Amino acid sequence: MSTKIKINSKIFQDSNNIYYPKDEIEVSNLIQEFYKKNLSTELVGTNSKYFIGNKTQSANKISLSKLSGIIEYLPEELYIKVKACTPIEEIENALEKKNQELAFEPIDFGFIENGKSKKGTIGGCVSSNYAGSRRIKVGSVRDHILGFKGVNGKGDIIKSGGTVVKNVTGYDLSKLIAGSFGTLVALTEITLKVLPKKISSSTIVIYTEDKKDVYKLFEKISDSGSETTAAIYLPNEPDSDDYKKNKDKVFKFNDLKFTGPFLALRIEGDKNSINEKIKTLSKELNLNNFKNTTLDVYQSVPFWKKINNLELFEKTNNNLLRCVITPSNGFKMIEYLSNKYKYYIDWGGSLFWIEVSGKKNDKIKEFKKLVSEYGGYLTIIKTSSDYDYGEALFTVDLARLKISEKIKKSFDPKRILNPGKMYRGI
Amino acid sequence: MTELVLPKIDRSILKRKDLIVKSLSSLTNAINILSDPDELKPYETDALSVYTQIPLAVVLPENTEEVSEILKFCYDENIKVIPRGAGTGLSGGALPLQDAILLGLGKFNKILEIDYENKCVVTQPGVTNLAITEAVQHKDLYYAPDPSSQLACSIGGNVAENSGGVHSLKYGTTTNNILGMEIVMMDGTICKLGGKSLDQEGYDLMGLMCGSEGLLGVITEVTVKILKKPQVVKAALIGFPSVQDGGNAASEIISSGIVPAGMEIMDKALIEATDNFSKAGYPRDAELLLIVELDGTESEVNELLKKVEEICKKNNCSSLKLSKNEKERLSFWLGRKSAFPACGAMAPDYYCMDGSIPRGKLALALTEIKKLSQKFKLPVANCFHAGDGNLHPLIMFDGNDKEQLRKTEQFGAEILKLCVRLGGVITGEHGVGIEKRELMCEMFNNNDIQQQLDIKKSLDEKNLLNPGKVYPILRKCAEQGRVHVHKNKNKFEDLPRF
Repeated sequence: MSTKIKINSKIFQDSNNIYYPKDEIEVSNLIQEFYKKNLSTELVGTNSKYFIGNKTQSANKISLSKLSGIIEYLPEELYIKVKACTPIEEIENALEKKNQELAFEPIDFGFIENGKSKKGTIGGCVSSNYAGSRRIKVGSVRDHILGFKGVNGKGDIIKSGGTVVKNVTGYDLSKLIAGSFGTLVALTEITLKVLPKKISSSTIVIYTEDKKDVYKLFEKISDSGSETTAAIYLPNEPDSDDYKKNKDKVFKFNDLKFTGPFLALRIEGDKNSINEKIKTLSKELNLNNFKNTTLDVYQSVPFWKKINNLELFEKTNNNLLRCVITPSNGFKMIEYLSNKYKYYIDWGGSLFWIEVSGKKNDKIKEFKKLVSEYGGYLTIIKTSSDYDYGEALFTVDLARLKISEKIKKSFDPKRILNPGKMYRGI
Repeated sequence: MTELVLPKIDRSILKRKDLIVKSLSSLTNAINILSDPDELKPYETDALSVYTQIPLAVVLPENTEEVSEILKFCYDENIKVIPRGAGTGLSGGALPLQDAILLGLGKFNKILEIDYENKCVVTQPGVTNLAITEAVQHKDLYYAPDPSSQLACSIGGNVAENSGGVHSLKYGTTTNNILGMEIVMMDGTICKLGGKSLDQEGYDLMGLMCGSEGLLGVITEVTVKILKKPQVVKAALIGFPSVQDGGNAASEIISSGIVPAGMEIMDKALIEATDNFSKAGYPRDAELLLIVELDGTESEVNELLKKVEEICKKNNCSSLKLSKNEKERLSFWLGRKSAFPACGAMAPDYYCMDGSIPRGKLALALTEIKKLSQKFKLPVANCFHAGDGNLHPLIMFDGNDKEQLRKTEQFGAEILKLCVRLGGVITGEHGVGIEKRELMCEMFNNNDIQQQLDIKKSLDEKNLLNPGKVYPILRKCAEQGRVHVHKNKNKFEDLPRF
């Protein structure tokens, strides 16, 4: 094994020392102890996203799963304050009763793992910062965090933010914590902005065989004032029976009448405004020129759930790449992918989910280069069991890495928390 | 100028002024360096004009490389640097120091690229907020955050302060509307963050920079998201016979599932002041005025307006007017937008406060502010971004009377402490700057502030970039008995532990 491969590999260590602190004081005491003894620790919730990121190089494990429960929910103030490992489902159920929701649509990574739902905890969701299809309209997970409490690598309990949407008091550490994969603090409490649930939803499905149409349509959708809250493209690729069988199984809806590749866009609101928007969009997108169909609310809601659950890649044994690029480069990306990969495009042309088979990193290396040329970044969300780790799972440039190292040091000077989870040295 | 503790002056820098100015002129065109007292005078303050200080020199670089070289020079020579955008900040974030270089970004005044395909604008930081919208509005596009100073404030300053505006609840503040930026660190390192794509992997450095008040890096380029204008925008102007009724209506509008594009509240004092000033036709008999703006499609907006009307009637509104056309909608806003000059016409000076509170606590907050107004014997008028809980009490006073100025500052501090007690924060959109520095202890404990100082130290270990801002200075905080001196005493000599 070369040094480079070693650095990037998932070093597996059997860890028997799992700690289950019951509150933030216990988390703080534990981390203080580790700090004194120079011991690092892995941080976990309910393990729903354990396969994302490098295995941390530590013998200890802190499970934050006992820090669970809603602390305060004020629907009229549009926020909910919860302990960090409150299950997403519990939060969603509480919000549902008041007709509210987490607008950023947390992704359910359970399906790609074993075909079953496992939404995990809000702490994991915030730490990974992966928003669903509504990202284009309402922002990412990080845009919905109003404040947090957590324990840094020295064992100090720290907080930032509050419960109000307008707050510029001190550095906005909530943003920094989102997507930090537990490398800065062990989260203990999170306050989230919540929004009213949309009354209804419809989905326009546009069938097109001509790939040149895809980005023309995406652009028209973003040009429209009709507030599309999600837009995807699902190609019929690669051209194999297995793929088609799988696709037909996942997306089995009465009104998905044709089998070809399609774009789907979601419109939400009350029924009248949905009809109004469909009418406007039909004109703006020249829908008369395409075979198209509309999914009503009973089909539209589960359709987008399937998208946000990544069900197309159910139980995948291959490498799963998440690539975000500048939309104007999307057509070039489609051409590159042409009939060789299983993929789909979300976020109105910006986000590509691509399955890449094999243990060799050559293809992934090529993707990394391409994605960087196209103004974006690539994360290997899940690796095949025989992946050789020649390419790092996350992407970072040198200038950002240097700043990130400094920031890591300011939170966790001895690299106690999730060392190496994202980058070497962090 | 009222009493203010500033970082210790480095006398050796003052002595070396001529040499420093000479060295700087090798890093940028000599005409970009101002060192004569007359030239420096305009830079002695920002929009928090009660504090003034002439800087050592002003440098107005023309490109990123010059910024980088100037910062590197200052880093090597241990010279403090105060970055400044348009100088419209209300919290003294760009207040100079006697021994510091003021780095003005005024020459970074060009829009670099308008990318309609990717719906973004790449701009230099000195371009005004409004200029971005003006550059794209012919295609029915706009840049969403709209701070009231948008005509003059620069986009770089907006990023540094994470500026908001009246539409923050629905469209977010600056941090939710930027895609990329270029920054220069204190040691001269140039770093690109983000780009034209959504979100970034790894630590959200853009999120950290946004609202860092010029303490962590100098912003030299910004890429902002632009949005399609909504199809229809309508507003309602509603009067209430009591503060309680109006506050309840505003809360109920939100809890009923409506997300207004904007929702503003003014109290009686401000209704009269603005109506006198702008003749907006406001209901003068009302104790509280609510403006609700909704956007979307025609049927959506009409449906929501109907709901708003029902809620307001249920909460005993005394008058209700819906805008029939664009002209009328703008007339509803006319008074609100003239709130500040209207107060300016009523007293020699006014002091604009900026706290956030939970929406439901508005009536309580206004009652308490009224009591404080009586206690300090200073008139106050209140406007409130009810959508996002941002409260702006305007205290009227005479700045020539030192005792009144002192009382005004005390009054302001009491209001902000009240905001914290009610579950809010000490600044919603103006920033902490020099103004609310000592109040940070009201919100944060030693650990919280120490973590923030540690971040500052990690990116600016010599504490040269905008020192003395945002974080409390030892004396005052220790007096309040809320913060302890931290064990590590040699960090930040100029920002002593507390």
